[in-house]
Amino acid sequence: MRKFLAAAIASAYLAFSPGVQAQTPPNVLVVGQIAEPKALDPQAVTAVNDFRILMNIYDGLVRYKDGTLEVEPALAESWTISDDGTAYTFKLREGVTFHDGTPFDAAAVKFNFDRMLKEDHPFHDTGPFPLAFFFSSVEEVVVDDPTTVTFKLNAPYAPFLSNLAYPTGLIVSPSAVEANGKDFGRHPIGTGAYKFAEWDANTKVVAVRNDDYWDGTPELEAIIFRPITDANTRIAEMLSGGLDVMVEVPPDSLQQFKSDDNFEVLEQAGPHVWFLILNAKEAPFNNKAARQAANYAINKTALVENILQGTADVAAGPTPPAFAWAYNEGLEPYPYDPEKAKELLKDAGYDGEEITFYVTEGGSGMLDPIAMGTAIQADLQAVGMNVKIETYEWNTFLGKVNPGLEGKAAMAEMAWMTNDPDTLPFLALRTEAFPDKGGFNSGYYSNPKVDDLLDKARQVTDQAERAKLYQEMQTIVQEDAPWVFVANWKQNAVTKLSVGDFKLQPSFFLMLQDVKKPN
Amino acid sequence: MAYYIAKRLLAAIPVLFGLTIIVFLIMAMIPGDPATAILGSYATPENVAKLNRDLGLDKTLFEQYVIWIGNLIHGDLGRSYTLNRPVLDEVLERFSATLILSGTSLVLCSVLGLLAGIISAVRQYGWADKAITLIVLIGISTPSFWLGLLLILIFAVNLKLFPASGMYAIYGGGDLADLIHHLTLPALTLSIVATGVIARLTRTAMLEVLRQDYIRTARAKGLSESKVIYKHAFKAALVNVVPVIGIQAGFVIGGAVYIETVFQWPGIGSMLVTAISTRDLLLVQGGVLIVASAYVLFNLLADVVQTILDPRLR
Repeated sequence: MRKFLAAAIASAYLAFSPGVQAQTPPNVLVVGQIAEPKALDPQAVTAVNDFRILMNIYDGLVRYKDGTLEVEPALAESWTISDDGTAYTFKLREGVTFHDGTPFDAAAVKFNFDRMLKEDHPFHDTGPFPLAFFFSSVEEVVVDDPTTVTFKLNAPYAPFLSNLAYPTGLIVSPSAVEANGKDFGRHPIGTGAYKFAEWDANTKVVAVRNDDYWDGTPELEAIIFRPITDANTRIAEMLSGGLDVMVEVPPDSLQQFKSDDNFEVLEQAGPHVWFLILNAKEAPFNNKAARQAANYAINKTALVENILQGTADVAAGPTPPAFAWAYNEGLEPYPYDPEKAKELLKDAGYDGEEITFYVTEGGSGMLDPIAMGTAIQADLQAVGMNVKIETYEWNTFLGKVNPGLEGKAAMAEMAWMTNDPDTLPFLALRTEAFPDKGGFNSGYYSNPKVDDLLDKARQVTDQAERAKLYQEMQTIVQEDAPWVFVANWKQNAVTKLSVGDFKLQPSFFLMLQDVKKPN
Repeated sequence: MAYYIAKRLLAAIPVLFGLTIIVFLIMAMIPGDPATAILGSYATPENVAKLNRDLGLDKTLFEQYVIWIGNLIHGDLGRSYTLNRPVLDEVLERFSATLILSGTSLVLCSVLGLLAGIISAVRQYGWADKAITLIVLIGISTPSFWLGLLLILIFAVNLKLFPASGMYAIYGGGDLADLIHHLTLPALTLSIVATGVIARLTRTAMLEVLRQDYIRTARAKGLSESKVIYKHAFKAALVNVVPVIGIQAGFVIGGAVYIETVFQWPGIGSMLVTAISTRDLLLVQGGVLIVASAYVLFNLLADVVQTILDPRLR
């Protein structure tokens, strides 16, 4: 028996092992993802990794214009906003059908939002819908006629349109939800450029071309999304030809791909900001001079160039430049100036007492948090600050930071990725957003002027007017320095040379409608 | 024999039962909760409370456990909230992939380990023995995840002989040849440590046996050397090696956690790693239960084989 087994294995190896490495077939794009999707129900998921698939299977009423974070029509051809900003009426595109053949109409739109928002909806139990609060301002969705639908809001809410462009606002087929119930997330039906074909758990998700796509038939026959959680394995798979596109390349490997003629590297700044929350309630950072000192003391250029190896830019203020329309171009990042920092610390009366710094081991958008935390500690030490690091696993870390830093720490790492310039400052910089009021202002920054500007910016629906308010807010916040503004992450991807018209978007979503791969 | 097996299986039940309680308690003790993991940056106390309610996690730990055990008796392991599918489906699918990988590794390490051990013992202090001992030592001391990456680099990236990851080709494929092609590198990597352990032990056991009087008698009778080695000495030595192979089976399944991650093998090890970091309690619980059951079964199997080989144990 043993001999037989040995012989069988040996001959099997001889027979099969010299198999030639298959290249990916023409017109099929194989995308390396960082994890298995949780579900393909756009209302039920929260991860960018899942959004990358969803954006190609579904459409929303609106979408981000190519290369920007500005909203343009998609399934809605046009819309009007009532003068008081509380009623949005959408004129829907006619003749669009879901992949299951059922028509897309106003009733389908109503079904989508009722399912997510109304606890008594018959299919509310197909959730939970963790990001439903994006639409918590929606009081009612009214079907005016088959191609007109009105959203009634309980108060003016300017980010409403960009929230509709977020994956949480993608439109699913009501009949598919009715047919599959809780399993809808494994049998997704939308109106998008690609139709879901197959989900082989932990191996691949396949989507095939939608020949009837309203916005032009894609050239690719199919896209295959492969989950490969280990970054090194993902790189090896890309190098050995098993992937056409790979996202989230670790900084260490980016250089390798850049210097290899067989690959193209793409980078795109996104709506991401990496910062340190400073505890403005307790010494030393209850003093503005001390907070500014921290901003001067940290060498952000060195962090971005050496630790992040150029995969991020230095941040100037609380709003990422990717929100081009709302970004204040006049802001310059705090320069690296340890002498000035020392002076400011002296003014603030800081006398070298030990302060605690919360550092996370990882987490969404946190880049290389331990290495960055250590470098920051060294920079602060150099200007005479005595910093003690406490490191926590991401979930534990959030459990420590989100309830507020008071009595626990003077500073903490944090990163956010949002879809509207409103989201982060509204949730993390207002007086009304203190942790005990259910917000994320864990450092207790409070400036009535900023509160006022942010409230106003929510109510104005004119983009130019909103932009002015955000720009003013950025100037004040930069001066007040409730955070140390550190970095804006650039998303990256590597493609084979045979892949054409592949682009990264500032939204960090992967839009593959126009991609080509003829061979 | 049947009585013995039934007794052992019954004894395993309280072990597994206790294990589920421990897993439940550990998962409750580690900080962080699923709602925070799902919501990430958006985890306001309000959103967390609502999501916990929707997920049925607002009940006390005791209530959650009683519900889980109640469902388990009906063969229902609950629903994973990160994967949005029944735990049983996921666990069985993943476990079959792990069985293919660790089963192959186990066969591989047993065959290679026994062969290497026998050759070493028979040619004690010869060049073959020295070479094998050196290789075995390197094998035991090499971190397997590093070896895995090295093999990928050589055989997948540079030589392009084997695929870097996965279980089947992503298009086409899906047959046995495709599976073996994908299985080669991870199975080799996973078996390397166990091969070393088994080889060392076989060598020692064989040397012990070869010194016995009955071996001298067998040789004196004029039996051929191969008969002496395989019929007489090896059979006796195997009695001591088999329980170790049983234990190695446990290590191989445990080691699959890294190897599956390195090679993106869709098995239960890589599933557990993800489930723990997302605090998917029911998935962890189901996964641990199935791995532990397998461990118990493998050890039982090893004991049964040992009993068959050695009449004195009956």
